[in-house]
Amino acid sequence: MTNTIADIETSDLILVAGSNTTENHPVLSTFMKRAALKGKKLVVIDPRFVKLANNATRWLRPNPGTDIAWINGLMHVIIKEDLHDKTFIADRTENFDALKEVVASYTPERVEEITGIAAQDIIEVAREFAKAPAASICYCMGITQHTCGTDNVKSLANLSMLCGHLGKPGGGVNPLRGQNNVQGACDMGGLPNVFTAYQAVTDEDIRKKYETAWNVLDIPAKPGLPVTEMIEKAHDGELKSLYIMGENPMVSDPDLHHSEKAFSNLEFLVVQDIFETETTALADVVFPACSWGEKDGTFANTERRVQRVRKAVEPPEGARLDWEILCEIAKRMGYDMTYENSHEIYKEICAVTPSYRGITWERIEKVGIPWPCPDESHPGTPILHTTQFTRGKGRFHAIEHQPPAEQTDADYPYVLTTGRVLYHYHTRTMTSRTEGLNVLSPECFVEISHNDARKLGLGTGDVVNVSSRRGRISAKLKVSYQAVDGTIFMPFHFAQAAANRLTNAKLDPVAKIPELKVCAINIEPAA
Amino acid sequence: MDQNSITINGHVYQFRPGQTILDVAQENNIDIPNLCHLKGTRATGACRVCIVELEESWGKKLVSSCSSPAKNGMIVHTESPKIVEYRRFYIGLMLDSGNHNCDIGASADESWTDFQIKAMENEQKEELCPVWGDCELQALAYRYQVKGRVSGRHREPVKVPIEKDNPFIIRDMSRCILCGRCVAACNELQVNQAIDYGFRGTNEKIVAGTGNTLMTSSCVFCGECVQVCPVGALIPTKAFRDDRFVPTSTVRTTCSFCGVGCQMDVHVQNNKIVKIDGADRNLPPNNGMLCVKGRYGFEFVGAPDRLTTPLIKKDGKQVPASWDEALDLVAEKLTQIKEKHGSDAMGVLTSARATNEDNYIAQKFTRAVLKTNNIDHCARL
Repeated sequence: MTNTIADIETSDLILVAGSNTTENHPVLSTFMKRAALKGKKLVVIDPRFVKLANNATRWLRPNPGTDIAWINGLMHVIIKEDLHDKTFIADRTENFDALKEVVASYTPERVEEITGIAAQDIIEVAREFAKAPAASICYCMGITQHTCGTDNVKSLANLSMLCGHLGKPGGGVNPLRGQNNVQGACDMGGLPNVFTAYQAVTDEDIRKKYETAWNVLDIPAKPGLPVTEMIEKAHDGELKSLYIMGENPMVSDPDLHHSEKAFSNLEFLVVQDIFETETTALADVVFPACSWGEKDGTFANTERRVQRVRKAVEPPEGARLDWEILCEIAKRMGYDMTYENSHEIYKEICAVTPSYRGITWERIEKVGIPWPCPDESHPGTPILHTTQFTRGKGRFHAIEHQPPAEQTDADYPYVLTTGRVLYHYHTRTMTSRTEGLNVLSPECFVEISHNDARKLGLGTGDVVNVSSRRGRISAKLKVSYQAVDGTIFMPFHFAQAAANRLTNAKLDPVAKIPELKVCAINIEPAA
Repeated sequence: MDQNSITINGHVYQFRPGQTILDVAQENNIDIPNLCHLKGTRATGACRVCIVELEESWGKKLVSSCSSPAKNGMIVHTESPKIVEYRRFYIGLMLDSGNHNCDIGASADESWTDFQIKAMENEQKEELCPVWGDCELQALAYRYQVKGRVSGRHREPVKVPIEKDNPFIIRDMSRCILCGRCVAACNELQVNQAIDYGFRGTNEKIVAGTGNTLMTSSCVFCGECVQVCPVGALIPTKAFRDDRFVPTSTVRTTCSFCGVGCQMDVHVQNNKIVKIDGADRNLPPNNGMLCVKGRYGFEFVGAPDRLTTPLIKKDGKQVPASWDEALDLVAEKLTQIKEKHGSDAMGVLTSARATNEDNYIAQKFTRAVLKTNNIDHCARL
């Protein structure tokens, strides 16, 4: 996030796109709901009437996979009505003319045709967004999990820059990060192209710095493979071994049939986890790891705040810390990686990570600090880009609408979009151990609109077969006011009826994120 | 006199415009008891326990400190004899109003043992107040030595069926003092709008949805109402039942679910997590709030089916192995693959669920030991 969570409540207008916030970030959604209670504008843009729409001043419903079109439509109106922030554009940005040229053709009428959002709504939201003293954009996987995910995000950045809503309180472009430490895993260089703090592996000076710090030679300069491509290479036999620490891709990955083949094709699969999972079942070696409650360390949250995690209980006998296991293997492979405790590791992190350097454990004993924090006297950075962007000037990207990779047809007439429910987490390895959560959300469901259910002659509780070009599963139908005709929603949590047997593994060319939010499916009553 | 200064119990304090007397007192560690105040919500003045006395120049009156703004030159007393007298009366009324069957409550003229025996004999034997020793009303009753029955007439204990049809929250409205904290928490903090006041006059009570149970309302079981309840009207189904006198330690940590990073207090008994509360109301990012997963979804930590021994696949079947055996095997196989197929034939998936320290070590291992940049995690999924 460019801004903090608390900041959201101070916005004059909050635009929430592709985020089922009340279910996926429940506590963060309270900041939005409280703002709405105080009379601030809350605009929810989502293919489903997600629960937050109940609290919203407006709900706009785009057809799945048409986000660039409505964002361009908003910008078209803003420029046409001369509501853009000319000072901000002149001082802080570049390439405005290219943007202007592209959005010129996105008239509200054309946008209505592509997205299904009424032209009048586009015009009104555009005016509200541009005129708000500070408007915050919050988005989530509904924006990113598309073959045009990167362009969707750039479009939102365009929109925010156009109105000068960046770099100030109550504004910003705020991705809501899904997992407790997904921000930290990225910050720590758990990515194929960067070391910690996004220092490129292609940069020789940076590699030298790490070689010195780690006392090794020849850290490779070539960026590695993102997970989605590792699966491909495993499938083709080029990737021989995979070491998985605490993930369950055999439920969370798209197109599971394909993934299953890929994993089985590996020569050697090691999985480190706290429970047996669909993924550990395929492993050659499984290591029992310590869980969250048994660890000392840090997480970085969605607002970049580095916070302490503290050990509450002793681990079960036999389980070891994730880092300890890796250090043991490193030692056995001839490289000495020995640490007294996780604090010692953290000190090494600070030494090689400029944005974390000033964040010591002592300083975050009580309250976490958002990076960048270059030294110990620095207070941290709650709001990014206040005076300039990372690259200097903010660049507008001229982006055209691109349809989703898969379209509906006579055989697969419905659009499937996937997501989570409040009571479960990812592949349920953790939440399924709390019986009460299973009581409140016992099984997979197929959310369908009243009209579609009536056409099929089916009702809530009827078992249906759901099929796509890649697979088929059965689950119970749930007729809901949250669904819009033609669009079906399923949670991906449940291994027994894994929605990811249906989803499309087509990737965004830049971010390599799969298009989990749109695929074509058919629904039939189960025999 | 200074601008924006106020005298409390003889000491002068500065305040900011908009602060209430209670805000100023709390900021300066002056303890004014209260049962309905909840930071971040509108003051209701419902419990009257936070009353303070203003000196003559200010009208010599009693006001509730939670709803009265601090004004320049105000002279306030928080524990004057008059205040104490009134407070005792209000606390007594609350003890009388419901089923406060602790030793100091409704059965004040019986000894604790007699009360226990009586309670065991009637249908409430399982319902001896579950928050005994952890009740704000009881604590105030001790502090001000109130025995109940202040209204001079004996009231039958209120009998309301206990609501237990949901997995996380027990609602026992016979113990409710109508302070309204739960209503404020649900409507103004979490904004789930599941509960509210219902009925009128002496029939007034807190209702869920249209007057049925939480299960049929819009409740999402965040448990915020339970955390703020000062008495035993709302209690977590799991926590502090039979073991509530077992020594408990508390650890401040960060939630393990979504990316919001809520700060929480984990309560531990006998190496087992028994309860989780939201941390301090002044602490970012969550200001003391939690959701259903964060508050109740902790049972995975001590689950009986945790992995506790390494497994090695032998003849297509995973069998238990010693740590040394498994570690040696992995080191040996990875070395082999590295030599035979090159470093880029290997990949590592680190974890968005693990700590920064775990992730750092994973990428160091990948880059320094395996010598490849094939490292990623499920940020995209």
